[in-house]
Formats: sequence, C-alpha cells, structure tokens
Amino acid sequence: MLLILLGVLVLHLIILILLIVSTAASAWTVGGDRSSDLWYNCMTTNGGYHCKPASNEDWLQAVQALMILAVLFCFFSLIAFVYQLFRLVKGGRFFFTAIFQILASVFVMCGAIIYTVMSPDDAKVVFGYAYVLAWVAFPLCLISGLIYIVLRKKE
Amino acid sequence: MLTFLALASVVLLGIVPERSQAIVIYTGWERHALVGSDIRLSCSFFSWRWTSEDVTFSWTYRPDGSRDSISIFHYTGGAAYVDNKGPFRDRLEFVGNPGRRDGSILLKNLEFADNGTFTCDAKNPPDIVGRPSSVRLLVFEKVPIQAGVITGAIIGVVLGLLVLIVVIYYLMRFLVARRVFSLSVSKHGKKKKEGSQQRQGPAPPADPSKVKAAASEKKKQESRKDKK
Repeated sequence: MLLILLGVLVLHLIILILLIVSTAASAWTVGGDRSSDLWYNCMTTNGGYHCKPASNEDWLQAVQALMILAVLFCFFSLIAFVYQLFRLVKGGRFFFTAIFQILASVFVMCGAIIYTVMSPDDAKVVFGYAYVLAWVAFPLCLISGLIYIVLRKKE
Repeated sequence: MLTFLALASVVLLGIVPERSQAIVIYTGWERHALVGSDIRLSCSFFSWRWTSEDVTFSWTYRPDGSRDSISIFHYTGGAAYVDNKGPFRDRLEFVGNPGRRDGSILLKNLEFADNGTFTCDAKNPPDIVGRPSSVRLLVFEKVPIQAGVITGAIIGVVLGLLVLIVVIYYLMRFLVARRVFSLSVSKHGKKKKEGSQQRQGPAPPADPSKVKAAASEKKKQESRKDKK
C-alpha cells in the first residue's frame, strides 16, 4: 500500500514539474536562433540575447491562461491529496483530488490544442520542448486522475 | 495650544492665496480611437477662485513628427470659436460647459493624419498662471487588445466558478444538516428519530463522510438535549 501511495505521489510531483516547466519556459516555438511563446520572443543575434514580450493575440492569451490554470489545479489536487490522505474515512475514494487532476489535464489539452491550431505556419519554425512537455503532461495527468478515482483508502 | 492654532491658521491663510494663484488643468494622458469614429477630448481645471465670466479655453494641435502647433479652438467672452480653416474644419464641435469648468471638444470622423498631441490651456482671470496640459491621440485601424486582459479574465472566471462551487457545496451540506436537526426536534420519540435516520439513508449522495457528519451532528444535538 505504501509503495502504491509513494508511486502515485511521485507521479503527481513529476506532472506538476512538467507543467511548471512547460508554462514558464518560453520555448513553444523554436527556429534557428530564436525561440518564442508563451511569454517572450527571444532572438540570439551576434550582439547578444534580445527578448521582447510575446504578441497580444487573443489565442495566445487563452493558451497562457489555460496553462496557468492547469498548473494551479494540479497544485490544488496535490494539496487535496495530502489533505484527504489524513482526513478521509476508511474505504473512501479520493474524489476531490481526482476531479482537480482531471480538470488540470483538460486544461492542458485545450491549451495545447489551441496552440497547435492557431500557431502561424512558418517555413523554418519547429515546435520546441515546452510544447512537447505540455503534450506529455496531458496523458500523464489524465492517467493520474483516473488512478485517484480508482484508489481507495485502506480499511 | 490655542495661540499656536491661531498662529498656524493665520500663516496658512496667508500662504494659501499666494500658492493658489496657480490654475491646474486636467486632460487625459493618452486616448485611443478607431479610424472613422468620434472622440471627446476632455479638459477641466481647478482654481481657488470662482469661475469668472472671462474664463477662456484654447486647444492647440501638434501632429506627430512635427514641431509646430496650430490653434484649433478658442472659447472667450462666452462664445466658442472652432477651426474653420485648418485640419479640423467642420469636424470639431464644442461640447464643454464653461460654467462647470469643462472645456471639452468633440472630434468627428477621425483620420490617420489626426495622430498627434492636443494641448488644452485654460485661464480663469485673475487666476492665469498655470501649465497647459496635453493629451496624445492614437488612431488605430483596429483597437489592439492589451496584453494579459484575456488571460486574466479567463483565470478569474474559472477560479471564481471554483470558489462558487465550493461555497455552494458547503452550503448544501450545512442546509441538509439543519433540516435533519429540525426533523429530530419536531418528532419527539426515539422511534421517530430512527425512522428519520432511515429515511435520511438513501436520500443524500453516496458519500459516507457526509452521512457520518450528519449522524455525528445529530448525536451532538441529542447529547445537548439530554443535558437540558
């Protein structure tokens, strides 16, 4: 039982770290010497590293909001997990934790989908590591939420 | 103490009229507008004197990238004189109320060439010393969304909904517990209490913690009644 609990907690922490890195790093689109989105467009010229704020488009702001909400909900679910670990009655299910975790996964999915559909099509531009992390975090988050639905506190 | 207060008030009354000879003019800092729309540029002032009959307002315009200003509006002697030769002929209207210290003008049918700085200068004789105030006009084809507005709105709405749902959940729990309490008060016998507990059983959602909370509350109320 303790092993399962530890495994579930470690998975949750990994998901939280993935989400935080994906949201904070401005590397959703990279191309040559520049990396842009979600927060800054940075370019490495021979002078140095120049950054300017990302564009004000509405879809980009929506992706920012959804990623921040995903991080927040994953964090709330972690707190709910720790709380329910000590306060839940024997045989109870971790419903609050599961709901928050599943909502977080839905938000990451929506954010990643919006970014995929709306990002401008440039020739030399490829998706960066932050984008990949967001797509990796989504199924992990969903699986983690489903595990919490199935998990029961031992009698 | 009293003499000190009297001295202070005399000194203040002596100083204040000296300083108050300055008139303070207020306009906006920057105005954004769409091409083809109308915009109201507001100008008002603060003065320690009463609004005189000889109050004057004048607006001057300096296009972006130019160093010359051109006068486009003047109000004096109770009459308003609008631009009839310059860049704003037939597009300028006076919509202010000088009696209320308001010298605002209305610019109609904006063009891209109207980008620039508008300066308002007001005089309220004998209060004439003051700095004119400027407002910058920016004309856009499409008003841009400021950074972070949509982000903040989405986050705020979702978190607000979350708080609302949590509050409603706890409210429902509280109300259900209260209804259980009132049922056990109106029906006196133990049998009736058991009956109400049985009726309570299948009704609420299958959350064992909730039923246990309701049962513990009932036990508390029973022990309170026993004490009475």
